[in-house]
Amino acid sequence: MKINNARNNILNRLKTSLKSESEPVAHDVPDSLDWGVDDRLLHFNKQLQAANAEVHDATKDNWLITLKHICSTKRLKNLLFSPATPWGAQILERSYEFPTFKHFDYPIDEWKPALFDGIDAAFTSTHGGIAETGTIILWPDTHEPRLISLVPPVHIALVEKTEIYSTFADALKTQNWIKTGLPTNILLISGPSKSADIEQTLTYGVHGPKELVIILV
Amino acid sequence: MTTEFRKHIQHALTQREVQANTKNVVNRLRNHRRAALSDQADWQRLRRQSTAIRTHAVDKLPQLLELLEDKLTQNGIRVHWAETTEQANQIVLTIMQQHNASFVIKGKSMVSEEMGLNHYLKAHGIECLESDLGELIIQLANEQPSHIIVPALHKNRKQIARLFHTYFPATPYTEDINALAQSARHFLRHKFATAPVGLTGVNFMVAETGTLCLVENEGNGRMCSSVPPVHIAVSGIEKVVEHLSDVPPLLRMLTRSATGQSITTYFNMISSPRKPDEKDGPLEVHLVLLDNGRSRIYNDLELRDTLNCIRCGACMNHCPIYKHIGGHAYQTVIPGPIGTILEPQKSGLNLYGELTQVSTLCGACREVCPVSIPIPKIINRLRWEYIRQSACNIPGAGSGKKKTEAIVWKIWAWSCVHPVVYNRIGRTITNMRSLIGRILKKISAWTAVRSTPKLTKTTLHERLKALKIEDK
Ligand code: SF4
Repeated sequence: MKINNARNNILNRLKTSLKSESEPVAHDVPDSLDWGVDDRLLHFNKQLQAANAEVHDATKDNWLITLKHICSTKRLKNLLFSPATPWGAQILERSYEFPTFKHFDYPIDEWKPALFDGIDAAFTSTHGGIAETGTIILWPDTHEPRLISLVPPVHIALVEKTEIYSTFADALKTQNWIKTGLPTNILLISGPSKSADIEQTLTYGVHGPKELVIILV
Repeated sequence: MTTEFRKHIQHALTQREVQANTKNVVNRLRNHRRAALSDQADWQRLRRQSTAIRTHAVDKLPQLLELLEDKLTQNGIRVHWAETTEQANQIVLTIMQQHNASFVIKGKSMVSEEMGLNHYLKAHGIECLESDLGELIIQLANEQPSHIIVPALHKNRKQIARLFHTYFPATPYTEDINALAQSARHFLRHKFATAPVGLTGVNFMVAETGTLCLVENEGNGRMCSSVPPVHIAVSGIEKVVEHLSDVPPLLRMLTRSATGQSITTYFNMISSPRKPDEKDGPLEVHLVLLDNGRSRIYNDLELRDTLNCIRCGACMNHCPIYKHIGGHAYQTVIPGPIGTILEPQKSGLNLYGELTQVSTLCGACREVCPVSIPIPKIINRLRWEYIRQSACNIPGAGSGKKKTEAIVWKIWAWSCVHPVVYNRIGRTITNMRSLIGRILKKISAWTAVRSTPKLTKTTLHERLKALKIEDK
């Protein structure tokens, strides 16, 4: 009762306040940048590397070799991924070449302890990238829940070169997020977890992944 | 008389270590910002755009809040309204109690600081644990944040090393920043996994889609909002924007102004609780919308600009006073120039009226503010409201009025329009210049640390006359 009053009181105060008609928003800042495919790739790479992420150039035909190489150099004992995505299905097909395959196909409550303790790395697909800031876009879903890109110490993400947009504004416009409708959660990730809370000195892997590895195809 | 407030400032000025730490960090933040916004023309355009977005959103605040509530509710997020911090605390407590939760893990939230939430919940037997590295440091030290972006900027690695060694005795003493961060990671991981409730702030709320946006680097905000079965977000009512397309420009300005980053590591957009076919994420998401004086500020078109703030902290990084006295001397939740205008309006000039004097009006804050808040102009306005009885609705208006001061100004104003008297006073002061010099040297806080200005033998009017310059 009291709380409902709070709502009405606040809104009433705001509605009976003095009116001011502000100017409409100026659109003199372009949503997109005049970059070709190569420029976008270049910036995407440069920004991610500056943020301490690893970027591997591959193709749709040979990316599994790149992934295998990443797994062996990092000595990963296991890899969490979803076989239900097209990319995950490809890994599964050749699973004998990869570290132990992990997959959780039930609600988090049953796999929380296992996720927090014992997963070396997770692989996810992405919803594209942003060149200007070196960002990957994730739309977590039932196959690739949001925590798999957060809890394991290494996050390996696959980005399609044709899905790299120049800016964030460009991405949400071109992919038409408003019309598609926003999913439960969207994540923009621009490097491994970091903090500068002590003396403004950078340190990596504070709570999220210590390493972010991008495979470009 | 030295007031409590001035005593705090004097004390702060003796804290050499805090001063050194503060200067070190704000200088770095300033350099990073400058590097990120070096193109002046670009910066002006971006600022115009961000200012327009925020001004427009604030002007449409009641409509946008209703739209936001509608959309969030449709999306399954529960919206709660609080007029006061007490109500907001009660709402959080009730949610906690409904889940029999005795522990909440927190992401960084200045609104929760404004609510005094940790303290309130503790009094009700609920433990709050901060998970942002900076917030954790100050929680362990039992202090308040001294900066809105870098809460523990007043502490150096040695102090933090001692603190961590006391609280995590199992980990060996180290001054290595990576090792310190890793002990926090280690300590908090289990807490994230077991917390029944996570609580975070909000950076932007998008009305047209019903989306809560969180900006962070560490991943603790993601942890708090995705691992526990219940997520509570707390926000001031002013954080709403109308369109999804408003978010990219604001995000760009926020991170560049705050730390010079082109984007933070994580930008987290939450539009609903876990859906039936999804495997993780909270089953319940709550948003607590806090007023606490904001709707009152809203009613004054000049003061309304205060609500445009996106909490980037640039104004404090560029404030000559903040740099010297540090955040704690302000004795407010939000320090620095934005705190100077916001806190007296929220809590009353009777409490924080003196704060309006903590400014040289140099205008640096206005120069760097990404949403062009005219901070010096608002400070001047508040100084005026502090000493006059007016119809304005800021609590405590007129509480700083002093009779003697008022009389002195009246005499001064009167003498200004009576040239004979004015010139007489001028001559008398000039005659007594050596005595006045000695008195000034003894009593003034200004002359205690600076050379006393020397009064000349002739007044300005006398000199003009001697130079045969017309003196009207
Ligand atoms: S007043 Fe302006 S500069 Fe200061 S924190 Fe707010 S947005 Fe940033």
